[in-house]
Amino acid sequence: MTTHLTDYAGPRTQRAGWQLPVSVLLSGIVALFFIVAALTPGALATHDPFATDLYRALQAPSWANWLGTDDIGRDLYSRIIWGTRQSLLIGIGAMAIALFGAIVLGFSAALGPRWLAEPVNRLLEILLAFPTLLLALLFVALLGPSASSLLISVGIGTAPGYARLVRAQALQVKQSGYVEAARALGHPWHRLFIQHIAPNVFRPLFSLVALGIGQSVVWASGLSFLGLGVVPPSPEWGALLEAGKINVTVAWWLEVLPGIAIVLVALSFTQIGRYIQQRAEGEKR
Amino acid sequence: MSNNVIEVRDLNIWARAENAAPRHIVKNVSFALQRGQCLALVGESGSGKSVTARALVGLAGEQLQVQANTLSLHGEALLGRSESWWRRVRGSKVGFILQDALVSLDPLRPVGKEIAEALALHGWGNAASRQQKVQALLEEVGVPQAAYRASQRPGELSGGLRQRALIASAIALHPDVLIADEPTTALDVTVQAQVLEVLRQMLDRGTSVILISHDLAVVAKIADQILVMQGGAIVEAGTAQQVLQQPQHPYTQGLINAIPSEHTKGQRLSGSAPGAPAPAGVKSADVLLEARHIVKRFRGHSAVADVSFTLRRGETLGIVGESGSGKTTLSRIALALEAPDSGEVLFAGQLWSHASAAAQRAIRRQIAVVYQDPLSSFDPRWRVADILLDAIALDQHPATHTPRDRAISLLQSVGLGAEHLNQWPARMSGGQRQRVAIARAIATHPQVIVLDEAVSALDVTIQAQILDLLSDLQAQLGVSYLFISHDLGVIHHMSDRVLVMQNGEAVEQGAADEVFYRPRHPYTQKLLASLPRLAALEIA
Amino acid sequence: MSELTSAPQTSATRVEERAVPRRRSVALLRTLSVRIASALFVLWGTITVTFLVLSVLPGDRATILLNITSGQVIERTPAELAPINAQYGFDKPIVEQYLHYFWQLLHADFGFSFELQRPVVHIIAEQLLPTFTLAIAALLLAWIIAIPWTLLTAGRNRRLAAFGSAVETIMAGLPQYWIGILLLIVFAIALRWFPVVGGTSLLGTVLPAITLAIPLAGFIGHAIRGEFERSMQQPFVLSARARGMSLAGVRWRHVLRHALIPAITLSGWAIGNLLSGAVLVEAVFARPGLGNVLVNAVSNKDFALVSGIVILISFLYIVINLVVDLIYLIVDPRLRGRA
Repeated sequence: MTTHLTDYAGPRTQRAGWQLPVSVLLSGIVALFFIVAALTPGALATHDPFATDLYRALQAPSWANWLGTDDIGRDLYSRIIWGTRQSLLIGIGAMAIALFGAIVLGFSAALGPRWLAEPVNRLLEILLAFPTLLLALLFVALLGPSASSLLISVGIGTAPGYARLVRAQALQVKQSGYVEAARALGHPWHRLFIQHIAPNVFRPLFSLVALGIGQSVVWASGLSFLGLGVVPPSPEWGALLEAGKINVTVAWWLEVLPGIAIVLVALSFTQIGRYIQQRAEGEKR
Repeated sequence: MSNNVIEVRDLNIWARAENAAPRHIVKNVSFALQRGQCLALVGESGSGKSVTARALVGLAGEQLQVQANTLSLHGEALLGRSESWWRRVRGSKVGFILQDALVSLDPLRPVGKEIAEALALHGWGNAASRQQKVQALLEEVGVPQAAYRASQRPGELSGGLRQRALIASAIALHPDVLIADEPTTALDVTVQAQVLEVLRQMLDRGTSVILISHDLAVVAKIADQILVMQGGAIVEAGTAQQVLQQPQHPYTQGLINAIPSEHTKGQRLSGSAPGAPAPAGVKSADVLLEARHIVKRFRGHSAVADVSFTLRRGETLGIVGESGSGKTTLSRIALALEAPDSGEVLFAGQLWSHASAAAQRAIRRQIAVVYQDPLSSFDPRWRVADILLDAIALDQHPATHTPRDRAISLLQSVGLGAEHLNQWPARMSGGQRQRVAIARAIATHPQVIVLDEAVSALDVTIQAQILDLLSDLQAQLGVSYLFISHDLGVIHHMSDRVLVMQNGEAVEQGAADEVFYRPRHPYTQKLLASLPRLAALEIA
Repeated sequence: MSELTSAPQTSATRVEERAVPRRRSVALLRTLSVRIASALFVLWGTITVTFLVLSVLPGDRATILLNITSGQVIERTPAELAPINAQYGFDKPIVEQYLHYFWQLLHADFGFSFELQRPVVHIIAEQLLPTFTLAIAALLLAWIIAIPWTLLTAGRNRRLAAFGSAVETIMAGLPQYWIGILLLIVFAIALRWFPVVGGTSLLGTVLPAITLAIPLAGFIGHAIRGEFERSMQQPFVLSARARGMSLAGVRWRHVLRHALIPAITLSGWAIGNLLSGAVLVEAVFARPGLGNVLVNAVSNKDFALVSGIVILISFLYIVINLVVDLIYLIVDPRLRGRA
């Protein structure tokens, strides 16, 4: 899902200096909130996420339960907070796998010697022919539903898209004027790679990481929602959505609110990622 | 009744800026265009000439504030007119031509449609009669096979045909005023001559033309009046003869002196004493670079077909050709950045083009290169200091200074200073960047420098400074130049010997004066005949 | 003395001046065949990758199959496994299994679904239509949303453009399943405008189509906007205005065509995105289609069905991308002649 959006940077801000746009500031706060929730959920949660209370089942949001309760009386807000760690970890882990795969494939395809680049390029073409979700599903089928299989599947599913970006960037740098000028000066190839190619290819990847984490959380939760990822009673967000499906007609909060958490993480990380991208591009122009 | 088709008095334009005071970009400009005359606005980038021209058609832009005491076309005031009034006037009473038809015509539409659109917008005729008119217009501007060409898109036409199609779209309704903004820039010299011929025909038919250009020589060919602009103001105005032969303002004088040609050979172009003899370097007969029968093919098409040349110590070999002549490919082969399909290049007697990568690297610091666009040859993460220190580190000569001191002395020898060490190249001017590129090139004490269109992207006065700098460096360091350019004047000014290329072949080679004054090949002759010269006026 | 280093050319008949329409179609044909060959290669690759992934399962496949059908997770004796192995060919070498699989595919035989006890082809044939119609409806809807929105907000003042762009970003970033849930709750449950479980009726298709269309509209809008704003800066806009065209005319008759190009190229990718999004949306709306079948097949490890659906969808994706590539070649002639 991210592959195309990251190709286009947002409108360039003309401001010099360290003024942060409001949207980025808000995104930072939101992201920080979730990071704290992941690190110390106990500090932010109001109830025990696993404590059931059948007398208070399916309660709408109230002062006692900020976001309501589920069908066996568990507090939704606390479950969301406690689920942050798992959701974020899966997202980060998936992004790490995807990035690793993207760098290996992208660099080989763009910079490798012919005997390596050609097959890798063909492989990339084939992998890109699978829609992301389907590739992930293939691996979920292979590995069975669990948190770790989710991590691997989403990572592998999103890797080809990122690999394409890395490849494009690596090609552009390889064919750039400054790499040729360095070569004309007499620098050996490994120095070209270390001094010029690698740093300039990695530079835009930083923004990609932030964007990718947001997207990975979305994908992973999606798979859990389908019952193919983390299984209940884990408070992972997708699992929360899956569990709440049955009662959607009477308890809308069970479906809408975990989704808002997912959306908030996705949007805030995306915004931060795009901001980093804009700063990196605007800086040296 | 006045004979003035266009009258401008005290035109002032401000550019609104965010969070800053408006910039005054056109200051009190006044002129008058007479019927059937050609008036030229000449200036370098930032002079305000283009903005002035656009204000005459109401297209100055929303960010700009236009004010004038008089701004009129055929006696009708132009300020404060409604958009619908302008839509009736543009195209029918005044035509506007931009440079580079490749992007000035919609690349997705056939040129015939663009021309027909000009007619349709003003309600001219019906679809069938418009089609005929389009053909007639194309024939008028000299496009052969008009019916076929009209169905082609700009990308499918050659540069000259495209530009003529653009002119056809501007004159479709035969407006009696034509404004041409840099109509010949980015065109090959031979094509440039054709386009100027078309404009001359319009003038002969009674159209009045405002010509905007940075190139005095182009302007000299057809202008009756010349206005020189600098920094938004007119610094000199008069008939073409007056301005070109007896320039009064130092800027105009500097502009004329800066033009390189056969007359300026061996002289300085800029600075406090233009025209003074430039110091000459020591030359010897040692052959530094030799290319033998180079052939290079791309996709079945010969980029370079059997070209040979030699470059001796201390001399400058100019390689001149139009676009597609193969000169850039040849320079890359000379730099061993590409291998020729057959033939070889030798450096100081050693095989260079087919040597191992390691052997090549050892020689690379002896051959430096300066590109047309210096910014793309700098790593965007690096400042000037990083760029220079990187090159200094490769220098094998015994180091008498610290690298940093050497960097500073390099900057000084190209006319910059220590204060530029920490600057970002992206924030420097075009001329400064090229100086940094030259500083990097001489950092390793090279024996040969390849200059690939190194001054083509610079304003004339900046170009003059850089050419003088290059001459000085050659005299001081005894370095040889392989100077590649499409600009014949620059080549003649800089080169000792010249190689003329066309379609990958070397059609003529020899001493500069020989090739330029006694060209033997028809192509060279045609090139030289197309060259617009200031001197043409002096002969008359 | 200058030397003539080549014979003087006769008065040049420039090659371009001669009419050579034949060159155009030859180049086009070449590009076409290269694209088709490449598409076939990729198709072969997807089949192979799918096969490989599903053959590398942890655990013996025959055991898994038996466990699924019986609902028990126990060890199986070799006697029980033998007939399964024979029936499915699990005991043959992998290369032979692969060739057998490929051969079957060429005959449009996608294998046998152990779970549903029917040939995969039949299952797919039944469920393909609802999913496909959903995807097409969503694509059209996305275009209908994105194009006017972008045209209204692009190329005018900066605030409007920034606002439009922000809306697009948000739309593109929303998870499809969440949008579906939201729409379901608001429009079906609360307002009762649409059925909660709509099946494949027209009314029941509306909400799922909108769900899929919204994020896609965000992407398409973003792409169109970028190209639109870029094209507005091009000199040909100034030329058109200098001929007497109004700004609105320029936007409509010149820039629009340029701006639509990325939308067309994106549509190829969009189909893949939509087909996989359908998987999620069908789950939300309990709508029959390939998505639901696929999800069940994955949780039940019904490999024949999973591989059949994955290959089919990838095939559709490849074919549609090919078609889009060809349309692109026709619309933007600048790409012709480049293999």
